[in-house]
Amino acid sequence: MTKLWHTAGPVLSILLVLALLWYGAAIALNAAWAKDKASRIDKTLSFSELVADTMSQEKPLLPAPHQVVKEIYETTVLKKITSKRSLVWHSWITLSATLLGFAFGTVLGVLLAVGIVYSRAMDMSVMPWVITSQTIPILAVAPMIIVVLNAVGVSGLLPKAFISMYLSFFPVVVGMVKGLRAPDQMQLDQMRTWSAPKATSFWKLRLPSSMPYLFASLKIGIAASLVGAIVGELPTGAVAGLGARLLAGSYYGQTIQIWSALICAAVLAASLVALIGMIERITLRRMGMVQ
Amino acid sequence: MSWIVTAVVFWLAMWTLNVRLAKGEQTRFVKILVPTLFGVTLLVLWESFVRGFSISPILLPPPSAIAARFVSSLPTLWEDFVQTFIKGALSGYVIGCSAAFLTAIAVDRSDFLKRGLLPIGNFVAALPIIGMAPILVMWFGFDWQSKSAVVVIMVFFPMLVNTVAGLSAKDAIQTDLMNTYGASYWQSLFKLGLPAAMPFIFNGLKICTTLALIGAIVAEFFGSPIRGMGFRISTEVGRLALDMVWAEITVAALAGSAFYGTMALIEKAVTFWHPSQRN
Amino acid sequence: MNETVISAKNLSLTFQTNDGPVHALKDINLDINKGDFVSFIGPSGCGKTTFLRCMADLEAPTGGSITVNGMSAAEARMKRAYGYVFQAAGLYPWRTIGGNIRLPLEIMGYDKAEQAKRVANVLELVELAGFEKKFPWQLSGGMQQRASIARALAFDADILLMDEPFGALDEIVRDHLNEQLLKLWARTEKTIGFVTHSIPEAVFLSTRIVVMSPRPGRIADVIESTLPRDRTLDIRESQEFIDIAHRVREGLRAGHAYD
Repeated sequence: MTKLWHTAGPVLSILLVLALLWYGAAIALNAAWAKDKASRIDKTLSFSELVADTMSQEKPLLPAPHQVVKEIYETTVLKKITSKRSLVWHSWITLSATLLGFAFGTVLGVLLAVGIVYSRAMDMSVMPWVITSQTIPILAVAPMIIVVLNAVGVSGLLPKAFISMYLSFFPVVVGMVKGLRAPDQMQLDQMRTWSAPKATSFWKLRLPSSMPYLFASLKIGIAASLVGAIVGELPTGAVAGLGARLLAGSYYGQTIQIWSALICAAVLAASLVALIGMIERITLRRMGMVQ
Repeated sequence: MSWIVTAVVFWLAMWTLNVRLAKGEQTRFVKILVPTLFGVTLLVLWESFVRGFSISPILLPPPSAIAARFVSSLPTLWEDFVQTFIKGALSGYVIGCSAAFLTAIAVDRSDFLKRGLLPIGNFVAALPIIGMAPILVMWFGFDWQSKSAVVVIMVFFPMLVNTVAGLSAKDAIQTDLMNTYGASYWQSLFKLGLPAAMPFIFNGLKICTTLALIGAIVAEFFGSPIRGMGFRISTEVGRLALDMVWAEITVAALAGSAFYGTMALIEKAVTFWHPSQRN
Repeated sequence: MNETVISAKNLSLTFQTNDGPVHALKDINLDINKGDFVSFIGPSGCGKTTFLRCMADLEAPTGGSITVNGMSAAEARMKRAYGYVFQAAGLYPWRTIGGNIRLPLEIMGYDKAEQAKRVANVLELVELAGFEKKFPWQLSGGMQQRASIARALAFDADILLMDEPFGALDEIVRDHLNEQLLKLWARTEKTIGFVTHSIPEAVFLSTRIVVMSPRPGRIADVIESTLPRDRTLDIRESQEFIDIAHRVREGLRAGHAYD
């Protein structure tokens, strides 16, 4: 019990403080509009009336947490999944693009990493560009990719998946190159003393050694994939997906809708990263790399 | 057809040359030459394929057209660069990173806060924070202030997590040593804690350079005055003027690399003692 | 010359762990006199390092008392009564050798001129003159450890506490540093507490050898050395040396069941 408190206690305390801050900020930010409304009908608000009003506006500057929770509840549990107003439906649209892009990006990244580790020329030509490309705001390309792919008749899931792929690809290459090079000289020399073929030392030494690095970059990659899919939904005036909800919300000042889409995206990101973390723990434990 | 043949021949020639260079002596010159040749090859392939297959410039303009547009639109590009990079990204980067740095120092004194904030910080660092952009545009208006605010919240948590990790990086002997000298908290912080944290702090600063530029550009998709790199990209995409879009992307790439490179250079000077910098 | 500098009375320290309490030290009684060179020897887990850390106020005893220069260990630490040398050199990689030695002087508020004088002085003592501008990672392990000793000597502490300072070095370097340490001790007349797990090292260096045994950590034997204060490496072949080493080994064997 004390152990649980030791880890969860501080986190819960800070979350509590954050929630209080959020309520405080909601009152402070929404008060102006509440007063404005009241003064127009020549009414002065008492403090409790003011607080009540700041918590229940339709388009508040900052919705109170319970308003967002209510909205999420109404748009997930109460709506049919197939409904266009269901957040589950929108989340699924974004998630499917994320996963597809992530899968492509990972496969491509691993293949390129293997090439880089085994070919000196490739290492010297490609690696500097891979590293440089990490410093470039790739996300800025998103609108163009969407529009261009649309113009050649590719629309829907694929353009978004393409952006996701692009974003998850780079962390995987960098992490895998590091991982495949993780075995030290002594281990590689040991393989040589057994005159093991290249393939054997790859499958039995390099690949297993790279696993912790692979998982670390997969976690970064999937988070990046999700961001890619969301941003990919912005430029086309998309009608579906979490990004579309954000954009529509910002057009019509529907702050509660923006916040609920945001929270959904956050939950999605956290679950995806947690899922990979779980696979990582199971895999590494089976391989005997962690206890 | 001749374009395609030229491209393939050029590619084969360059690849053979690179393989040969990679096998030879690894001088500094060769280490720069090989990736440069590779980059040039990519550009030549791009140019030839666009011409060879007569790809419409609406889909993919050739590098030559992009370069021409880049040169002819320098004033616009510069205006956008100032709006997005200097006003939006840089100001947010400075504010966000300093705030995170100071928070980390405050948090470092309390084990309770550290244990509470680190998991939350790690969690938030993985979230699609960029989604906050529409809200912040609503709060701070269309101009650079809202872009700066987006950048502040994007860089805050990665920087916080890295700095807190860095401040815990000092080893036990060095801490004991400070105790045997009866050093005060601030003496320990300035003579041991901060220097030992520098590699981590710079790691955070480098990650945040890219985040800052992304934040500033993407935030403009949600509303901006009629200048800025994100604004230009989204409107020119709408008008199918892809050469201008590519020119903006070139600016973004150059700015991003230069920003990152500057931080990497400062890092090299400050953490010269760290094994990763010693060679 | 029989002034007591460090005095432990019924000193105990118990760590609470998940597997129950661990008695790192139990009822330790020991007086160390000014100018002594006292070695602590014993198998791992006998509490020799813990005892040294108690003297330095890096560990808080759970029972009994310990005084350093007639004060509590904490007061002595704040008065900067001792220099401490750790198992690893623990030099700051971002400071030069000179900068590392200057570190305690900066913290203790010596003025610039005094700092420079003292740095030059101690570098001379440990035979590192000329290396002031080098960074620690540019020096060998033995030189790094000498620099860390210089750092402990730089301020006016009359006690030097050393926790297996040469444990990580090879035997040739270690012999050399042992000889140098004896010379340094003769010149500075400091009181030295020295933790080691090497019998020859303990016998060669010490005026007194404290043999400790584990579970619970306690003193098994205290051996007064009959060797002259002024000694060279050759003394290790003398019968007297071999006899003392034999006594130390007997003490270790009696206190330790090798379980």
